[in-house]
Amino acid sequence: MSFDLKQGETIGIVGESGSGKSVTSTAILGLIPSPPGKIERGSILFEGKDLTKLSQAQMRKIRGNEISMIFQDPMTSLNPVFTVGNQIIEVIRLHQQLDKKAARQRAIEMLKLVGIPEPEKRLEQYPHEFSGGMRQRVMIAIALACNPKLLIADEPTTALDVTVQAQILDLMKKLQDDLQTSIIMITHDLGVVWESCQKVLVMYAGNTVEYATVEELYEKPLHPYTWGLLDSQIKSDTTGKLPSIPGNPPDLREDIAGCYFAPRCPYAKDKCFSEKPPLVEVAPNHLVACHFQTSDHRLERKGGSQA
Amino acid sequence: MSESIIQINQLKKHFPVKDQSLFGKSSKVVKAVDDVSFEVKRGETLGIVGESGCGKSTLARLIMQLIRPTEGSVIMGGQDLAKLSDKEMKRARKSIQMIFQNPYASLDPRKTVEQLIVEPLVIHQVGTHQERVKRVKELLEVVGLSDYHATRYPHEFSGGQRQRINIARALALNPEVVICDESVSALDVSIQAQVINLLKDLQASFNLTYIFISHDLNVVRYISDRIAVMYLGRVVEMGTYEEIYHNAQHPYTRALLSAVPKESPLIKKERVILTGDVPSPMNPPSGCHFHKRCPYATDRCKTEAPALTLYEGQHKVSCHLLGNLS
Repeated sequence: MSFDLKQGETIGIVGESGSGKSVTSTAILGLIPSPPGKIERGSILFEGKDLTKLSQAQMRKIRGNEISMIFQDPMTSLNPVFTVGNQIIEVIRLHQQLDKKAARQRAIEMLKLVGIPEPEKRLEQYPHEFSGGMRQRVMIAIALACNPKLLIADEPTTALDVTVQAQILDLMKKLQDDLQTSIIMITHDLGVVWESCQKVLVMYAGNTVEYATVEELYEKPLHPYTWGLLDSQIKSDTTGKLPSIPGNPPDLREDIAGCYFAPRCPYAKDKCFSEKPPLVEVAPNHLVACHFQTSDHRLERKGGSQA
Repeated sequence: MSESIIQINQLKKHFPVKDQSLFGKSSKVVKAVDDVSFEVKRGETLGIVGESGCGKSTLARLIMQLIRPTEGSVIMGGQDLAKLSDKEMKRARKSIQMIFQNPYASLDPRKTVEQLIVEPLVIHQVGTHQERVKRVKELLEVVGLSDYHATRYPHEFSGGQRQRINIARALALNPEVVICDESVSALDVSIQAQVINLLKDLQASFNLTYIFISHDLNVVRYISDRIAVMYLGRVVEMGTYEEIYHNAQHPYTRALLSAVPKESPLIKKERVILTGDVPSPMNPPSGCHFHKRCPYATDRCKTEAPALTLYEGQHKVSCHLLGNLS
């Protein structure tokens, strides 16, 4: 897979569980456990530096400082035996030459920024004293404490209620405007993508199947998997039988010769089972990986496929 | 359709909470479900929505009598389930089954699919061995699995397939009512759509009544005939799905609906962003539970709890300002 991201921009990565969204993000941060994981080839350029070539020590300086991450589950990604303040101050002290007092001051500022009332008091409390939404705010505060240039948000709102989700997305947008952070938003919820991203990358079974701007993807989606994904979203005017993609995602332990989506694809032909389609640019800034979607040949989109 | 199958009257569940000190008496209570009444009609789907901690799951457990209510009654088939002994309740549970949220945790990993699905039949001593084996085959087919799946273990299945196994198990005893507690929430959208379609098909073929609990408003809207919106243990609004989705009257319902992410990148959505979190049910605000987050709250809301009153048709709302909101 390949993509690029400019300053202050948000890119969404969507796909089902097991499609490799989170692996992409952990690869950027150099957090893939090795062995058994290994980056086979390719490069991750961040401000001109190739992150895959950096040593552990160099990587540690960047991680949490210039690139930071908000993890999916706020209930388990905070350490229950340390106070919230302790965990925010740890990051600040590690990356910035601040004394304890200044770091504490910065932590209070961060909590205030993410909208936690009474930050001085809250700093002394433990994660279990916070609600889910509050914990996710703390995670955001930690991630943003060092003014990162790139923020990776891995399903930041999946564990939250819609009302809190709206608050958090709003907050992230506001912070992005203030700090000019670039965001990689990993989610399975297309609603969140429409809400917060400019570009979007659709992944299926470890591969990018489509890459376009948000408007383009919504109005002119090209890959049959994207069609299925868009169709199976329940909208306010959905009635009748819900279109769904038949079958299940493939087992990636097996070698698959052709297009990974072919067994579930209603348009698949023989070629799809034997040859893997490359990701090609079929329209300006619109890339798709399908044998039958090229710049001079298009597939006819049928109404939603039946289960 | 209009015949009621379950009637819930002033159902309450208060959990006592221990004091800070080790041997302290329990003085505080969490009112997880506080005075909820409604009826469910035969063959319909009643959706229950609300944020986490609003008492949706407690309500489901109360209806199932997995926990006993503090007060109130659950009338089904002419008897009050809340008054039945455990033994009588076991028998009554044949006609009311539940599909749980987490397809990974609700199947015993050491049992094969056949053993899992046959278990309710064994417990309730239905049929001979051969009949049970035949029934398992039927059920697997009904939920879209094959009979060769019967000898496999849960870990060999994906999330969507596991939820199908759960559904087969819930249907084993031919229940009249099935309670789905966040049954599709843990699934990917494409798989979620498959399972929702399956639930709808099964409802049509077996005349099932669903109580469908979810925090996902789109899913609830799609599957439900009527919807109840809960906030901090109380039902704040209830009605048919048109009444709730196109003519919501309670400020909380409106805020909840406006928080749903937009459906297209091309539209701009007006949004009521609620401030703060759901208050702790241990220490709920006085009067209307919602008044601290409500943009329209008046002095009356702070002191007096509104009752659920009929607005029009089947639409019931609990708000002092009913009809006066723009």
